[in-house]
Amino acid sequence: MNDTLATFVRVDLVPLFAAGAAALSCALVGNFLVLRRESMLGDAISHAVLPGIVAAFLVADTRAGWPMFVGAAAAGIIAVLLVELVRRLGRVESGAAMGVVFPVMFAAGVVLMERAAARHVDLDASCVLYGQLETLTWDLTPDMLRAPLSSEALGRVPIEFWMLLGSLALVSAVVVLGFKELRVASFDPQLATSLGFSSRLISHALAVLVAVVTVASFKAVGSILVVAMLVCPAATARLITDRLEVQLWLSVVVSIVTAGGAYALGAFGAPAVGLPGSVNIAGSMALFAGALLAVAAVASPTHGVLARHARRRALATRVSEEDLVGTLYRAEELGTPVLAMDTLAQLMGGTDRATGAVRRAVAAGIAAREARGVTLTDAGREFGAGIIRTHRLWETYLVERAGLRADHVHDPAEVLEHARTEAGDRIDPPSTGPLDPHGHPIPDGSP
Amino acid sequence: MTLPAPNPAWADLLDALTLQRGYTATVVTLGTTALGIAGGIVGTFALLRKRALMADTLAHASLPGVAGAFMIATALGASGKSLAVLLPGAAISGVLGVLLVHMLTRTGRIRPDAAMAVVLSVTFGLGVVLLSVIQKSSSGQQAGLSTFIYGQTAAMSRTDVLVIACAAAVAAVVIGLILKELTYASFDRSHARVSGIPVGGIDLTLMALVVLVTVVALQAVGLVLAVAILVIPPVTARLWTNRLRRMLALSALFGALGGYTGAVASAVFERLPAGSVIVLASGGLLAISLIAAPNRGVVGAAWRSARLRHGMARDHALRALYELADRSGGPWVSIHELAEHRGASPRSTRWITRVLSLTGYVQRNAGRARLTPRGEADAKRITRNHRLWEQYLLTFADVAPTHVDVSADHAEHALGTDIVAHLERALADRGALPDRLPDHTELEGAGA
Amino acid sequence: MNPPTPKPFDAHPEHDPSSPVSIHALTVAYHRKPVLWDVDLDIHAGRLVAVVGPNGAGKSTLIRACLGLIPSATGNVRFWGEPYREQRRRIGYVPQRDEVDWDFPVSALDVAAMGRYAQIGWFRRVSRAHKDAARACLNRVGMLDYADRQIAQLSGGQQQRVFLARALAQEADLYFMDEPLAGVDAATERAIVEILAKLRDDGKTVVCVHHDLQTIERYFDDVIMLNMRVVATGNVADVFTPDNLRKTYGGRLTTLDRAGHALGTQGG
Repeated sequence: MNDTLATFVRVDLVPLFAAGAAALSCALVGNFLVLRRESMLGDAISHAVLPGIVAAFLVADTRAGWPMFVGAAAAGIIAVLLVELVRRLGRVESGAAMGVVFPVMFAAGVVLMERAAARHVDLDASCVLYGQLETLTWDLTPDMLRAPLSSEALGRVPIEFWMLLGSLALVSAVVVLGFKELRVASFDPQLATSLGFSSRLISHALAVLVAVVTVASFKAVGSILVVAMLVCPAATARLITDRLEVQLWLSVVVSIVTAGGAYALGAFGAPAVGLPGSVNIAGSMALFAGALLAVAAVASPTHGVLARHARRRALATRVSEEDLVGTLYRAEELGTPVLAMDTLAQLMGGTDRATGAVRRAVAAGIAAREARGVTLTDAGREFGAGIIRTHRLWETYLVERAGLRADHVHDPAEVLEHARTEAGDRIDPPSTGPLDPHGHPIPDGSP
Repeated sequence: MTLPAPNPAWADLLDALTLQRGYTATVVTLGTTALGIAGGIVGTFALLRKRALMADTLAHASLPGVAGAFMIATALGASGKSLAVLLPGAAISGVLGVLLVHMLTRTGRIRPDAAMAVVLSVTFGLGVVLLSVIQKSSSGQQAGLSTFIYGQTAAMSRTDVLVIACAAAVAAVVIGLILKELTYASFDRSHARVSGIPVGGIDLTLMALVVLVTVVALQAVGLVLAVAILVIPPVTARLWTNRLRRMLALSALFGALGGYTGAVASAVFERLPAGSVIVLASGGLLAISLIAAPNRGVVGAAWRSARLRHGMARDHALRALYELADRSGGPWVSIHELAEHRGASPRSTRWITRVLSLTGYVQRNAGRARLTPRGEADAKRITRNHRLWEQYLLTFADVAPTHVDVSADHAEHALGTDIVAHLERALADRGALPDRLPDHTELEGAGA
Repeated sequence: MNPPTPKPFDAHPEHDPSSPVSIHALTVAYHRKPVLWDVDLDIHAGRLVAVVGPNGAGKSTLIRACLGLIPSATGNVRFWGEPYREQRRRIGYVPQRDEVDWDFPVSALDVAAMGRYAQIGWFRRVSRAHKDAARACLNRVGMLDYADRQIAQLSGGQQQRVFLARALAQEADLYFMDEPLAGVDAATERAIVEILAKLRDDGKTVVCVHHDLQTIERYFDDVIMLNMRVVATGNVADVFTPDNLRKTYGGRLTTLDRAGHALGTQGG
């Protein structure tokens, strides 16, 4: 085994996997926090577990293992109950209740920690805040390097790593087994309760999970940055998909990419740009996760800013074009086949809108410019007949079926005619024959 | 009057309480007290505008600003650790963080809670990365910067206290000037807008005040706990009052008390970080209020609810006894029958009859119960009130639920005599007095 | 049948095992303000029952208190003579439409399948058979074509149909529905009413909070007229009288009353 690889195995392998496991377990739980609009509860719990950890630590006098998880889970539940209590009694929004509860619990943790430090116990404040991923080295002798899976070698893997794997296993099991319960309780808590899945119980279970992943991830990312791991991958996935299953899988991918990418950037990228040593990896994980979210917010094909802007533009274009053709068609019906630009601008509510629509319509061959103004081509006339047909069908429908008065239906029909592909074709022919409520003929539908 | 000689610790405490424990301790105590007042005042409106957690986001988002300002100042050859450099940096990046939250929320898909959580953690991550870069680079003096995370109250100088005091004064004056508009805009935003109040400007002003307090709080309590300065005092005050002005005053008072107690405690006891102790002291005030506040406290609520339940169970039992006895003709009613009539368990029925017999309303004998004369008088009153009330609700249904504020204590179970008289008059006017009403004269005779 | 005029004084029914719901001395208070006072009533099997009353009369509160979703101060509710916990499987619930997050990433089929969750039980997966059952329910409400749509992409009426499909999937014997016809279009209203009638014909009992007084007589068999307490309950033909309406709605009905009367004379 060459030296670079040996160094990688010793120094980077465990932190890399720890970062991945932390990001993954946080992301799985985070999906439900985001959906329940309780993201800040993640922040609150991740702070509030501190006194639980320190107390467990002081009592059990050991840094790893069950006492810490039990302490953290207990503190997490207490935090949730206190938030409920403050919200109910103080009649304030839950955000304010969290803003009350978590600083108090965190402060209690800090004070306890100072007491612990007085007893020369090794717990320090900076680890709590931003983790110390870099210290999770695998202390292997050259002998062990040759057989890294021997029990002796595995025994040297830092205990925090096993804790992370354990919490990942727990979270995965709960999310897979309890997917149905989490989904229904997040979507419709009252229904869940009436079906026998107590939404209160489920929300407390979620709080315990958040507490567990927070504690397990402390060493890796710390208590504030764990919030980024909880919320960012889920929010990123939420911007891309409308299916919960897909969202879960996407968040898993995002979290793994985040851990790997941030580790590469933090550990290897920093020296590459001339910084001595690596930058804080937990910090760069939060940044990386934030950057992925920003990319999704801008470029997501479904909910991204760009896509929505493009869709709005396309719709506006289509609507103005159809309005133009419809206006020309109606004018022609009334015996004015050519409309002057001024009149058109007036009818369509704006010169810019009219000129733009005319330009596009002429280019598409559905309208033509003449000396005195604009007129429809044959193709345009056919197109216009379709639009007017839909509009008048809608008007008839609204009068006959929805009971609107005849003089109230033009505007809704104006909006609905642009949605003709959806439902307009399925509107039954009116009972009044081929006339709309205003007495205008309904053009034939061209298949 | 002679005081017993206090032991040294008490002497320390007394010194600290009276600001005689040395220059530094005095400065710190004054500073945190002023900070508490500022936080209490501004926080009241942050809470009412439902912006409480924004302060948390703002505080976390200030870290990259602190680090960035340090880097820029150092690069320009100035001392990066001067507050005149760091605090503006903190304010700028904090405000940018808040703007980012708004931008994310506008995607429609990311809810405000998620947006705050994202911005808070990611900007903090940026700050942490910048700090680690500063640490690794040659200057290597970031020790002064990480105090912003946990705060370092003990290092407060006279200038700092002056800065905080000024901030508090500015907050108090500005809030005082726009109190009316702020109240209106917090209560009903759209109505305030159509009434010609510049809601946007009011919001901006409040935001600026929140920034101001958060930034001066950074140094004292640190960015993790800064939110507490703004949120805990108003929530505590909210438990005690429903009036805005009183809430403002109480909030400032609780903030001051928290700041003062915390600073004193950390001056007396060693190894107690002042920032955390201030938060804990405020939290202690809140805990006391949660338990003891007369209207909203746990004790009061539990007491009222228990009294309501008990009162209703008692009245139901008396009425049931009266009705059953009336129906069967004999005074003795079996507990079993009573339970069935009440639709309650035999156990709770036994319990309530025992209570009633202890207070002399009911006589019990071998699984049966009967009303004593005293019990019968009360039962008649209750039944009569019940039927009057019922008839009233039926006759005056248009006013009953919304216009008559029937709190549980004042309805059927403890209708005051004047209300009963009013009911009777009102019902008689409409010719709607219920039949089968227990006799009036009989009632008065028994009640006397 | 219950008498048309209120006779609340001795109304303490025994728990009748054949009665799907019997409510006894139910009182609910929010904070210090009572919302429901001493409600006593029985609901009979195989009926379509409307709960009517003015805003704030406690209509939704009654349903939620029955289902144990909010605590009651006194009283009890029995289903077929037993407490809610024992009979939960037989009871379906359709909450108000505006109480859920319609942006939630679930499809119409997912929502309909939620009705099966109680039968599936804790920690077991939704099998193909359950999905097929949910699909069949979507079909019954005419929403099968939209099974894979995310629920935000459905119109209000379609969302309400999906909720109804979910309730059907529960295969309950008793349904509580909170304003199932609120804010739906005429076609959906007709479809929903048809399904409700079908449920009734199959021997189920349906209790709906309803706000449209004009349609009570056409759609429902029984009515519970509520204003903090039960003003009247029983067969629509017997109980739904102008007198009881005035007692339920008080002065607030008069305008509505007059309008309704005017419409009635106009129509025929």
